[in-house]
Amino acid sequence: MDVPKAVAPVKAPAIPISERLRTWLVTYGVIAITIGLLLFFSVAEETFRRPTTILSMLKYASVIAIAGLGVTTAMVVGGIDLSVGGIAGMAVTIAAMSMVIYNQVGWIAILAVLVSGVVVGLVNAFLIVKLRIPDMLATLGVMFLVSGLKLLFVSGRSVSSGMPLPDGTTAPGRFTADFLWIDNGFVGPIPVPVLVFAVATIIIWAFLTRTRWGRIMYSIGANPEAARLAGVNTARYRILAYVISGILAAVAGLILASRIGQGDISAGNSLLLDSIAVSLVGTSVMGLNLPNAWGTSLGAVMLGILITGLTIAGAPYYAQDVVKGVVVIVALILSYTLSRKKARYVPAV
Amino acid sequence: MEATATDPGTPGTTGRTVVELTDVSMAFGTVRVLQGVSLTVTEGSVLALIGANGAGKSTLIKILSGVYPDHGGEIFVDGQQISVDTPRVARALGIHTVHQKIADGVVPGLSVAENLVFDELTQPSFGASFSMRKIMPRARQVAAQLDLEWSDDVLRKDVFELGIADQQMLLLARALDQKPRLLVLDEPTSALSGAEVERLFAVIRRLKAAGVAILYVSHHLSEIDSLADQLVVLRDGRIRLQQAKPFGWNDALRAMLGEQAIVAERTHEEQRGTIDRLRLTGIRLFPEKPPQDVTFRAGEVAGIIGLLGAGKSELSRGIFGATPFTEGSMELDDRAYAPRSPSDAVRRGVYLVPEDRAAEALLPGWTIARTAALPFLWNLAPRGFVPRGTEATRGRWVIDQLDVVATGEQHRVDELSGGNQQRVVVGRWLAGKPRVLVLDEPFRGVDIGARAGIGRRLRELAAGGCAVVITSSDVDEILEGSDRVLVLTDGKIRMDSYLTDTNRDQIIERMSEIA
Repeated sequence: MDVPKAVAPVKAPAIPISERLRTWLVTYGVIAITIGLLLFFSVAEETFRRPTTILSMLKYASVIAIAGLGVTTAMVVGGIDLSVGGIAGMAVTIAAMSMVIYNQVGWIAILAVLVSGVVVGLVNAFLIVKLRIPDMLATLGVMFLVSGLKLLFVSGRSVSSGMPLPDGTTAPGRFTADFLWIDNGFVGPIPVPVLVFAVATIIIWAFLTRTRWGRIMYSIGANPEAARLAGVNTARYRILAYVISGILAAVAGLILASRIGQGDISAGNSLLLDSIAVSLVGTSVMGLNLPNAWGTSLGAVMLGILITGLTIAGAPYYAQDVVKGVVVIVALILSYTLSRKKARYVPAV
Repeated sequence: MEATATDPGTPGTTGRTVVELTDVSMAFGTVRVLQGVSLTVTEGSVLALIGANGAGKSTLIKILSGVYPDHGGEIFVDGQQISVDTPRVARALGIHTVHQKIADGVVPGLSVAENLVFDELTQPSFGASFSMRKIMPRARQVAAQLDLEWSDDVLRKDVFELGIADQQMLLLARALDQKPRLLVLDEPTSALSGAEVERLFAVIRRLKAAGVAILYVSHHLSEIDSLADQLVVLRDGRIRLQQAKPFGWNDALRAMLGEQAIVAERTHEEQRGTIDRLRLTGIRLFPEKPPQDVTFRAGEVAGIIGLLGAGKSELSRGIFGATPFTEGSMELDDRAYAPRSPSDAVRRGVYLVPEDRAAEALLPGWTIARTAALPFLWNLAPRGFVPRGTEATRGRWVIDQLDVVATGEQHRVDELSGGNQQRVVVGRWLAGKPRVLVLDEPFRGVDIGARAGIGRRLRELAAGGCAVVITSSDVDEILEGSDRVLVLTDGKIRMDSYLTDTNRDQIIERMSEIA
């Protein structure tokens, strides 16, 4: 029988309350939780209501969202990118090296960072597509590789203005003003990172759902062999997905570098788990059970609200991970337990 | 067999009732898939169950094997009403099922021996320690149930190194070892070749003689004719006909198909193509086999008959570039054609409807519209952006072309019946003006109505100048809609003849030739 999953025989035409609640939760659960949290903190904490708080919350969310959009793109082709945190961390160091040690201007630093993102994306794609290593394992290896390379570049030290160099001189450069503008600047009333966040969301959303390239990527995620036998050059699109992921992780790294103002070697450490978490939360938005751009961005905003709210409420920093864990698990319950649809995101290992 | 040593009845006679169903029903949501089904299976007899796709056969089997405890009606085993709540309960009652999908039964990564004794392996009584030496004697015993002459080397192999037919035999041996009272066989021959089918039948006859009740589900009327004592025909979840041997096939087909045509037209006019469309030269389908030459012509349907493992899929996938040929060359419209991937083939207008629909053609969760549009997105969205409604239009076009039964183009393909799924995956290629369309076993798991519909459309397509190639292991499927018949055995084309120049006996004779 070609029928959907078995459910109990329906006796009355009316749909029971529990079933309607289930459908509602699966569809609107994440959105409702986000709005609920927003209302709760707005009422409970006066500081939370201030526009500056909201903007800083969005700035916090932007880095996670941008890296998360990369993870989401990799998830769309049925893969996952565990190297995004590593790429962002490396981006911070590369930006700092370009400006502080090599005394370059801001746009050179930006270019160097973006190129590094593309290169790492290509390395991931090479391992996965050409050498046929499962996505999760390949990007895990690359994560270690880029984190290690970063430390190698700078002998394990953070790069800051005026630091002594191995040849006895001091570092000649500093973070340029235009580079610092990436995080501190505004376009109108909107902070630059928030603008980048919004633009990235719209571009990735449009790319994934409104273009044939995105449609093809989803087909690869749904059934790679069926996609191939429909004439899709699956290798090309999987490469593209990892390059996009690499670029977005590099952009997230640029914002981080600009925010920190020096080449902190520990930057980006928590970004990997956060970005995967928001991508997973995103899959359960609107009951899609598929990786998607809006869901990921909403997940990041939700995380931002939570962390900002808890911080203002005086919760210790170490409570944050507990909360993140609960959020991810709740989202997964929506996708895997409550949803009638089969959750279609399965990590490729 | 000792399996039923306790059986007091005379083997082979229609003995006591083993399992009786009364008024069994089942619904998924609002869809009723079984209604008022009552039947009895008796000792030492074979009850055959036939029905088109979506008739409710699989549901019935799943109810019997404890997968769907929420059914309506009653089940009696040995006269006692029993609720078969879980597969474990079913097994404890002596109801054993060999499912159609072999992959659901064997455990990859384990050896043949471990798979043979798997039922014991999972029990606490097996103990904590495990060694191959511990299980080998039992594994040999289980294999002996079916006279499987597997050496210790074979028993130590990973189960996936066995062919699909031997995997099927393994599962059957495992079921037999449980001393079943009722053995349910769901399309047991779909993966087997002729000789293997004979082996299976011998086993079934032996079981029957030993008093086991057998429920046999199949699409193949000839199998049922030679095996079954009773026949039940399901359509749309209801029993439409019950017959005892000898069966009236005309009535049975009528009951199965409802008001549709009884047998698809076999009286089509033969079309002979005149233009060579695709020429294969020196193609080797298997490394050890001789190279083959064959030409497919525009304007005709070429039907390739071959049993499992004859090389049908190798040929189809090679033409499509899905698994490129390692030797030989091809010419398409007198120009060199060497696809390295399906996308190369698609660009040249060469398309394939693959053999395994679920694994190779369907996208879980995708609608008809999207599935239909996927192969030609580059055409529908030349600048990248997919214009709104394009996919829907394409979906409706495919529904229209192949008479797909669905609520609309937004219907999910994986929720359609097998026949309608196949209509979608065939229909989507028609939008691309195929020069060569290859269909590998297109009628497997497809009801006769869909088969006739697709077949008719393929003939029109050929008449319009396409070279159509169909493969099948069923002679009648090929005779039904082809202009030209090719017999493929063991990687070698044994016969290539127009339909009117040959006949069924000759074809079967050629198929049975060895080496």
